[in-house]
Amino acid sequence: MTTFTRRLALTAVATAAFAASLPALAAEKVNLGVSIPAATHSFMGGINYWANQAKKDLEKQHKDLKITIKTAANAPEQANQLQDLSTVTKINALVVFPFESAALTKPVAQVKAKGAYVTVVDRGLTDTSAQDAYVAGDNTAFGKIPAEYIVKQLGGKGNVVALRGIATTLDNERMDAFNAVLKGSPDIKLLDAKYANWNRDDAFKVTQDYLTRFKQIDAIWAADDDMAVGVLKAISQAKRDDIKIVFGGAGAKDMVKTIMDGKDKRIGADVSYSPKFIYDAIKLTAEARLKGEKLPATTIIPSVLITKENAKDFYHPNSPF
Amino acid sequence: MPPEPQTPPPQPEAAAATAAAAHRSEARPRWTERLHGLGPVIGLVLLCIAGTLLNSDFATVDNAMNVLTRTAFIGIIAVGMCFVIISGGIDLSVGSMAALIAGSVIMFINWAGPASGSPLMAVMMGAVLAVVLGALFGLAHGLLITKGRIEPFIVTLGTLGIFRAYLTYFADGGALTLDNELSDLYAPVYYASLAGIPVPVWVFVIVAIIGGVILNRTAYGRYVQAIGSNEQVARYAAVDVDRVKILTYVLLGVCVGIATLLYVPRLGSASPTTGLLWELEAIAAVIVGGTALKGGAGSITGTVVGAILLSVISNILNLTSIISVYLNAAVQGFVIIVVAFLQRGRR
Repeated sequence: MTTFTRRLALTAVATAAFAASLPALAAEKVNLGVSIPAATHSFMGGINYWANQAKKDLEKQHKDLKITIKTAANAPEQANQLQDLSTVTKINALVVFPFESAALTKPVAQVKAKGAYVTVVDRGLTDTSAQDAYVAGDNTAFGKIPAEYIVKQLGGKGNVVALRGIATTLDNERMDAFNAVLKGSPDIKLLDAKYANWNRDDAFKVTQDYLTRFKQIDAIWAADDDMAVGVLKAISQAKRDDIKIVFGGAGAKDMVKTIMDGKDKRIGADVSYSPKFIYDAIKLTAEARLKGEKLPATTIIPSVLITKENAKDFYHPNSPF
Repeated sequence: MPPEPQTPPPQPEAAAATAAAAHRSEARPRWTERLHGLGPVIGLVLLCIAGTLLNSDFATVDNAMNVLTRTAFIGIIAVGMCFVIISGGIDLSVGSMAALIAGSVIMFINWAGPASGSPLMAVMMGAVLAVVLGALFGLAHGLLITKGRIEPFIVTLGTLGIFRAYLTYFADGGALTLDNELSDLYAPVYYASLAGIPVPVWVFVIVAIIGGVILNRTAYGRYVQAIGSNEQVARYAAVDVDRVKILTYVLLGVCVGIATLLYVPRLGSASPTTGLLWELEAIAAVIVGGTALKGGAGSITGTVVGAILLSVISNILNLTSIISVYLNAAVQGFVIIVVAFLQRGRR
C-alpha cells in the first residue's frame, strides 16, 4: 500500500515536472501538421484554400513556425498520413479535420500520445480525451437562423419544405434546431424534408418532385448554397412563382454576391458557416503554441445571418467556395 | 480513327460467329425466354401502380416528363454500357468521365464565347467537343484494354480516379460555372420541348433506337454478342476481336459525351460531385434490364426499361413520405434484387 502511494506520488511529481517543461519546449519551435480531407466538393475546396492561405500568412509572420499540410481522400488514408506526420515529419502540434469521427479517434489519440498538441476541427472525435482543443462551426445556429428568418419573413404563416444533406449527426443537429424554431409557430407547416446529399443534381430532382407534390410552397430551406443552385433551376423550369424564399447556407461566394447585389429577391439572406474556420483553427493553435499557451477546450466560430448590410464582410472572391 | 461498324466481314466466318452467339438462346424454348425478358417490364408496371396508389400526382404527364428527362443521362450512358457489357467488358469510369467532359466543355465555352465573338458558335462547338472528348477517352480505354492487355476493370478503375482528379484540379476544388449569358443560350438544349416532349427525352429515344439497330441488325452487333459469348470461338471465326472491342468503348464514350452535352445546360456547372456513382447506376440499369454481367447476350429495350425503373424508384420515394428517409437506399436495393429475381435463370 505504501509503495503504491509512493509510486503514485512519484508519478504525480514526474507528470507535473513534465507538464512544466512543456511550455518551455513549445516556446522554441512549432512544427505544425495539418490533416484535412481532399477537395472533393466546393466546401472542402474552401477548406483546402484556407488551410494553404494560413500556411502562407503564418509562416511569413513567424520564423519559428513550420506548417505541413496533408490532404486525404478517405478515412484510412488520413490515418496513414497522421502516422507519417507523427513519425516522419515529427510534428509537435496538429490541426485535424477528421474524415469520420469514430474511425479517426484512435489515430489522433496516438499522435497526441507522442506528445503533439492536438486541435480538432468541425467533425469531433468520439473520445474527447484524444484532443486538447476543439474548434467548430455552429451547427445549431446553422439550423436555427434560417428557421427564424423564414418565420419572420412569412409573418408566421406558410408552407415550408427542406432539403437535407447526407444522413449524419451534423445534419440531424441542424434539422433539430430548425424544427425547434418552427415548433413555436404552429401556422408554419414543414411539408417534408428529404436528403439531397449537399449535391446540386440531387437537389434539382428532389425539388422537382416537391413542386409536383405540393401546389403551394412559400419557402424552401436548401440548407446549403450548392443545393440552392439546383433548387432555383428546378423552380424556374417549373415556372412557379409561389416560392418567396430560398435559403441556402454556408455563405458560398456566388450566393453572397447575389445577396450583395440584390439580384434575386427570393435570396435575401444566408447563414455563414465558412470553411475559413480551418484558417482560424490553424492560426489560434500556432500562435498559442508559439507562446507555449493552451487553447480553450472548445471554440465555436459563430454562424451569423448574412444580409445585404453585412454581405461584403463574407465575400472572398479568391476562394473557390 | 476506328473503322466503321458496317465493314463487310468474310461471310462464312460471320455466320459461324452468329451461330456461336445464337446457340444458347436457341437451346431454350422461346416462350420462357420471352417471359424472363419481361422481368423489368413487370417490375416497372408494379412500381407505377404502387406510385399511383401512393400519390395521385405520380401519374401526371408533368411528372412522367420529369422522370424521363432525368433518366435520359443515365439511360444514354447505359445504352453504350450495354454494348461494353455484352462484349464481356466493363467501364467503371463513366461518372468521372462525364464530370471531366462537363468541366472541359464549360471551360471551353467560357473561353471561346468572348474569344470567337460568336457565343452561339462557341456553344455549338462545346457540344461537339463533348462528343469528341468522349470518343477519345473511349478510344484510350479500348486501346489500353486490347493492345495493352490490361483488364477493363483495372483500366477504368484507374481512369475513374484520373478523370475526377483532373476535374477537381481544374475546378480548384470548387465548381466550374458557365457564364450567365452563355448559360441562357445553352439552356434550351435541356429545358426546351418538341411536340410536348423535352429534348433530352427525344435524344434518349433516338440513341436507344440507333443502339438497338446496331446491336440487332448489323454484323458488328452480332460480333459484339459473339465475343461476349465466347471470345475464343469468335477469334477462330476470324472476327477482328480487338477492333470490335475498341469500338464498344468508343461507342460508350460517345454516349457519355452526348449525355454530358445534355447535362451541362441543366445546372450550367460542374463540380467534383458531378456524376458521382453514375457508373454504378448505368451498370445497374443494364443488369436490371436483363443483360448478363458475364456478357454474351442482352437487350437495349431491357436497358432502357431498367434505367427508367431506377429513376421511378427514387421519384416515388420523393413523392411519398411513408418510409424513413434513412432507408431510401435500402428500398432501391430491394427493388433491384427483386427485379433481378424475376428474370433469373437467363444464364
